[in-house]
Amino acid sequence: MPEEHYVNEDYGIRSWLLTKDHKRIAILYLISITFFFAVGGLMATMIRVHLLTPTGNLVSPDNYNKLFTMHGVMMVFFFLVPSIPATLGNFLMPLMVGAKDLAFPKINLASWYIFMIGGAITLYALVAGGVDTGWTFYTPFSTVYSNTHVVTAVIGIFFAGFSSILTGLNFIVTVHRMRAPGLTWFRLPLFVWSMYATSIIMMLGTPVIAITLSLVGLERVFHLGIFNPALGGDPVLFQHMFWFYSHPAVYIMILPGMGAISEIVSTFSRKPVFGYKFVAFSSLAIAVFGFLVWGHHLFTAGMSIYAALLFSLISFLVAIPSAIKTFAWTATMYKGSISYKTPMLYVFGFLGLFCIGGLTGLFLAAVGLDIHMQDTYFVVAHFHYIMVGGMVMAYLGGLHYWWPKMTGRMYPEAWAKLSALIVFVGFNLTFFPQFILGYMGMPRRYATYPPEFQVLHVLSTAGASILALGYLLPMVYFIWSLRYGQVAGPNPWGATGLEWKTTSPPHKHNFDETPVVTEEPYNYTPELEREARFV
Amino acid sequence: MAKHVDALYFFITAVVVFFTLLVVTLVAIFAVKYRREKHPVAVPIHGNIPLEIAWSLIPLAIAMVMFVWGGWLYFKLSTPPAGSMEIYAIGKQWMWKFEHPNGTREINELHVPVGRDVKMIMTSQDVIHSFFVPAFRVKNDVIPGNERYSVAWFNASKAGEYHLFCAEYCGTLHSGMIGKVVAMEPADFERWQSGGGGEGSMAASGEKLFQQLGCITCHRGDAGARGPNLAGVYGSTVQLSDGRKIVADDGYIRESIQNPPAKIVAGFQPIMPSFQGQISEEGILQLLEYVKHLKSQTPGGPETVAPNSNAVPGATNLPNQQAPLTAAPAKKK
Repeated sequence: MPEEHYVNEDYGIRSWLLTKDHKRIAILYLISITFFFAVGGLMATMIRVHLLTPTGNLVSPDNYNKLFTMHGVMMVFFFLVPSIPATLGNFLMPLMVGAKDLAFPKINLASWYIFMIGGAITLYALVAGGVDTGWTFYTPFSTVYSNTHVVTAVIGIFFAGFSSILTGLNFIVTVHRMRAPGLTWFRLPLFVWSMYATSIIMMLGTPVIAITLSLVGLERVFHLGIFNPALGGDPVLFQHMFWFYSHPAVYIMILPGMGAISEIVSTFSRKPVFGYKFVAFSSLAIAVFGFLVWGHHLFTAGMSIYAALLFSLISFLVAIPSAIKTFAWTATMYKGSISYKTPMLYVFGFLGLFCIGGLTGLFLAAVGLDIHMQDTYFVVAHFHYIMVGGMVMAYLGGLHYWWPKMTGRMYPEAWAKLSALIVFVGFNLTFFPQFILGYMGMPRRYATYPPEFQVLHVLSTAGASILALGYLLPMVYFIWSLRYGQVAGPNPWGATGLEWKTTSPPHKHNFDETPVVTEEPYNYTPELEREARFV
Repeated sequence: MAKHVDALYFFITAVVVFFTLLVVTLVAIFAVKYRREKHPVAVPIHGNIPLEIAWSLIPLAIAMVMFVWGGWLYFKLSTPPAGSMEIYAIGKQWMWKFEHPNGTREINELHVPVGRDVKMIMTSQDVIHSFFVPAFRVKNDVIPGNERYSVAWFNASKAGEYHLFCAEYCGTLHSGMIGKVVAMEPADFERWQSGGGGEGSMAASGEKLFQQLGCITCHRGDAGARGPNLAGVYGSTVQLSDGRKIVADDGYIRESIQNPPAKIVAGFQPIMPSFQGQISEEGILQLLEYVKHLKSQTPGGPETVAPNSNAVPGATNLPNQQAPLTAAPAKKK
């Protein structure tokens, strides 16, 4: 372990809460989102237990509605959106571009405080009685008919949104202005490209959700008549505004995961990512086209036939960049030198699950078919394959991959492999039956259901309990590794990228002197091979 | 329609299985063949432009096939065939109310004849609901206050009972907002319908409302009337005072009751008050059905809608389209 690093350079709670070091802020975020993930996960577990029987025996229908609402709110706004950007992104972006910190360290700290204020307000809404609108807050239910803490919850999300705007701003300026000498755009790691694309969406999309949810709050309190038809409003307008953010937000959630996968698959194949430029530009294509497909959430909401066809067409187009990436990762392994370390196992899992998750989107983009699928468990299964099967797998893969950099110590490989396997099995058992349920017609957000759906629900619940175990294990062994893990050294994987050129963990200013980049990305030299002690 | 929807479903499933297996198989082969023990030195390959273009364009072509197929299907799904039997539906927390044109009402059950195209004309009284019959692969949201009614159509090919769900989350008992569609052989359906308890046809109820609410005073159909003559207006093209021409459909009739100044017929003053909040959704549907029946007669004139000429008290007539438009005293149940 290096003598001095960002963890031991100062001690005490103040040194953490007032830090401007991007690495410490990343750790603050990591702890916070793990907490929110646990809260959201606990609710998911209760939902699954409740659905063991057709009559739903665990909670009342009202409480069931609150459970799935808060599960969605917690997981989307307080875990998935900040997951990779605020933790791995915060930690790695300055290191990857060879900078001392992000462009605006104080704004970075402010973003964490804003996030925590949002989180606290939302948690208050939860303990004060909950919200029952669904995380989608559809009007006029949310503005007129719900008797729950809608206003509190939208204020919480409003705050959380600003934290991601600030994070996006910081990343964009950092990538533009703070790259090390010689680090041209096409020498950047693909993780940086995907974070850059994510940041664009964060900055352009998040204000829209802030406005939309503000309007919900204002209509609820002051009866403005924007969405409420009784006052001359249009309830479907809300859906357009909501999905104008929330569809791009899906890409906020998955693009960073794609970035992590690119890094991992290259390192453990000992090869450059196949078709670097196609992969880099496909991230930007996703960010741009992602803004033009929101209408596919409204195919059954009284849209004109021609609008529906147009949204259907663009939804098919946005599938292509994801296909390009998937093929590129697969081809990266061709003639590589592949080692099955835990992060790579997560890549294998990601590729399979993301294929299913992404390709099942084709069913929903085909507008005539979506009519049947919309608002069923098919949709639930589809987006969980992307969000959990894709993003959470990538997040866990990334966490294992950069854990030695963040802590200076290795996680226990055998335990980690076991938990990766458990997560994969548990995930599939939880969500695959939901595709079948959906095509059979099981609507989502049902506290009770017809008895013929029970077998598949029981399978799903069984899977969820396995999945929960798979998530608990890393929490235990990661903490264990902080003390007992093997010392990693600066570059345990023999990876390329500037983050591996400094100590593990890095010291406060990241690099002793500003690195100068003279080589192309993913250049695996014989020296790196010698360094790769853990591959 | 179900078999057309399923055909596309199986096509896309085949594509999904193919590409998933392709990727998974390649990953498995590469992972085994090029594992570090066997293949310690990687070959640095940076890319292959023709290959990358190929794997961009081939998926694009397949996606376009799906797009066209799905679009064609959607076109069929959203265009009810001419001559469909019409049934009105109102969604409210947490039940489905149906009314047949002959006045038969149902809650959470919808009886339809096998082999006939059925067109649902739907609205909501409170929040957004969604009419979903999985067996028919049909779904459409019902939206409160929308100037358009939501439409869905289906044709039950086999007698039986089918799930009817609310698919859009609508509050506490969302999962209790379920019912069934009962598809019956046409003869059974007629027997069922003649045994159902109604209070006169929808059009007759609409006519009563038309008089009670005083619509008749302006829309009385002669040359000097302050409102347009409504006879024959349904389905016709209307010239508006701002120069637009629109077809008088369900949504236009509804909007003209709820929000009259939105579309003023050329040659008339915007003097009609809004009836928003004063007529229930059922009432509006009954007025709509009444206006549809005013083919070319004068409202309130000698030829009015037959309420219920059946001898059995409370029994209903056959669908009113066939009923003669003769004067008959309104009968109360």
